[in-house]
Amino acid sequence: MRLQFILVKLVRGLLTMLLAVTFVFVVLRLSGDPVTMMLPDDTPAAVIAEYRAMWGLDRSLPEQYVRYILSAAQGDLGYSFRDDRPALAVVLERVPMTLLLGLSGFAITVVIGLFAGIAAALKRGTGIDHAAMAFSIFGHSMPNFFLAILMILLFSMTLRVLPSSGGSTWWHLILPAVTLGIINAGTVARFTRSSMLEVLHQPYMRTARAKGLKLTRRVTSHAIPNAAIPVVTILGLRLGALIAGAIVIESVFAWPGIGLMLVNAVGQRDLPVVQTIVLLVALTMVVTNFIVDIAYGWLDPRIETREAKES
Amino acid sequence: MTVLEADRLSADSNRRRDPISSRGAARADTVLAVEGLTVGTGRADLVIDVSLDVRAGETLCLVGESGCGKSLTCLAAMGLTSEPLIRKSGRISFLGQDLSLLRENQLAEIRGRDMAMIFQDATAALNPVRRVGMQIAEVLVVHRGLTWSQAMKQAVELLASVGIPDPAGRANAYPHQLSGGMNQRVMIAMALACRPKLLIADEATTALDVTTQVQILKLMKELQAETGAAMIFVTHDLGVVAEIADRVAVMYSGRVVETATVDDLFERPLHPYTRGLMACRLHATTTSHGRIAAIEGTVPSPSKRPEGCSFRPRCPYASDECMALPALRPIAGIYGADQHRAACHFAEDFARAGS
Ligand SMILES: Nc1ncnc2c1ncn2[C@@H]1O[C@H](COP(=O)(O)OP(=O)(O)OP(=O)(O)O)[C@@H](O)[C@H]1O
Ligand code: SF4
Ligand SMILES: [Mg+2]
Repeated sequence: MRLQFILVKLVRGLLTMLLAVTFVFVVLRLSGDPVTMMLPDDTPAAVIAEYRAMWGLDRSLPEQYVRYILSAAQGDLGYSFRDDRPALAVVLERVPMTLLLGLSGFAITVVIGLFAGIAAALKRGTGIDHAAMAFSIFGHSMPNFFLAILMILLFSMTLRVLPSSGGSTWWHLILPAVTLGIINAGTVARFTRSSMLEVLHQPYMRTARAKGLKLTRRVTSHAIPNAAIPVVTILGLRLGALIAGAIVIESVFAWPGIGLMLVNAVGQRDLPVVQTIVLLVALTMVVTNFIVDIAYGWLDPRIETREAKES
Repeated sequence: MTVLEADRLSADSNRRRDPISSRGAARADTVLAVEGLTVGTGRADLVIDVSLDVRAGETLCLVGESGCGKSLTCLAAMGLTSEPLIRKSGRISFLGQDLSLLRENQLAEIRGRDMAMIFQDATAALNPVRRVGMQIAEVLVVHRGLTWSQAMKQAVELLASVGIPDPAGRANAYPHQLSGGMNQRVMIAMALACRPKLLIADEATTALDVTTQVQILKLMKELQAETGAAMIFVTHDLGVVAEIADRVAVMYSGRVVETATVDDLFERPLHPYTRGLMACRLHATTTSHGRIAAIEGTVPSPSKRPEGCSFRPRCPYASDECMALPALRPIAGIYGADQHRAACHFAEDFARAGS
């Protein structure tokens, strides 16, 4: 990949993060004073003023913003109002749990989505196809939290086979990860199916048959490498949705990741923690996006030539 | 060129023109026999009642204007018709074996190894995300059981044999990095990889410049002489037909309207359509090396064929009798009668007038 391309991506990524942080910064500060919300009602005005000064909330909004951005650029994201530790440290503690949930959900999405999509395309018009597409619509139209509640009702309350809340054992991972996986697998399955169907009708697939390749080889070696190209984009986009979904899912299942922490921190007006989480999520999106671009160029050899022609 | 050399050349071209009929009793060396093949979609028949056969070492040319069903006939011969195309009737036997009795896996073993096809649009027919060397090597891995490195080495040799410069470098290229002519040669190399007993070449040389075309035709003929392969060669170019064919089948609007040995056909074309093609060729030779130019009018759409003879609206000899469908039949009164068939009510008259 060329340097110019990387630079453009980098600048775009930084802008995305700046935008996300700015938005959260402004909204949080306009939506109520953290000090009065945190301290008991009968706290003397002097104490309140002292806290304000300590957290820098006594300055004007633009000044706070500039100071925040400048120190964030140096890696200082401020101190948690609650915990009196660096916000980054507080958040990073919970990151592994979210990664665990997110990646498990993503793995389930990929496996179910690709498998269902490919099977549906190969068995087009049969029961398998209809079942896969019904599943896809189900996943697509079902809100995160609703499916989460259904899962809890079924597996925790009725069947009593899986725990519904917390994150202390591996068993606790199953319900939230599967919920997350199913929600996103539907879209992936639909895209995989249509991408595969298009590829299966291409002249080179007929060539593969004329060469005497058996079905398995035609699919794995000729159809999938072509069908994968648009699917990878969707997977990248889904990864973003997955992170957003994880935040909802975490709070329903009380999974101790940054999603749950975010919800709590917003309630407590722990501004540095909220901002740090938003920044991390934005960073993940940007990095994912970049990885998708790289994967794209790697999967489709035509891209580089196209880029070269355009410039 | 001495007389001796000329003699050897014509022997090399490996032609057999024995006047004995091959119809009916399938001869021992018949590689492919198509009988009464009809292919179509739900809406229309696209190939109608086509019968063809090719013997080992023989080259059959399929000619006709665009849309006459040449490519579909080839696809059906490979058993490659897939939805929305349906094979409605007919029998295809390859080396004496009825292809419709074989399962898809058994067909897969034959395809690419014993019968191979060069597709019309090579760039579309190659997989855009796989290197061309790999696409050739794959055939050898699957059918010959070679390892990938052996197969790649052989793929490079094949690329060299079809006249691709820097074959080792080109083997690593993707189809979009090569010209249409180069891709065409890649396709040819791929089809020749396992030295098939039947080679179907659908406009294999159309995308190539004249020099390359001559070179590739020569290569295919050499390979045919060496392996005794049967060849079906689809082309618009009557110059190429004269060069390469032993026998010719002329197709019009889904049907075979005339078949003959190449000399017989050029000497006395009996079907008015064939005559039209020849006349066009005479006019057009200097401008577009014999590519079929327009006969007045166009090929009817398969869903709107005129009643009776499909050529009727364009035929200068059309009369009331032509409202009935003329049968493709041996035309008496000329030499090699059994070999020369035509589907025109007046073919006998034309034959008599000609002799
Ligand atoms: N998959 C398909 N579905 C429907 N109709 C088709 C299909 N493939 C070909 N046809 C139609 O069948 C007829 C014959 O097509 P075919 O490709 O065999 O012609 P051709 O003689 O090879 O022409 P050309 O010289 O242009 O290659 C055409 O009318 C074409 O539109
Ligand atoms: S049958 Fe009639 S219309 Fe058809 S080619 Fe012969 S003369 Fe012409
Ligand atoms: Mg064609």
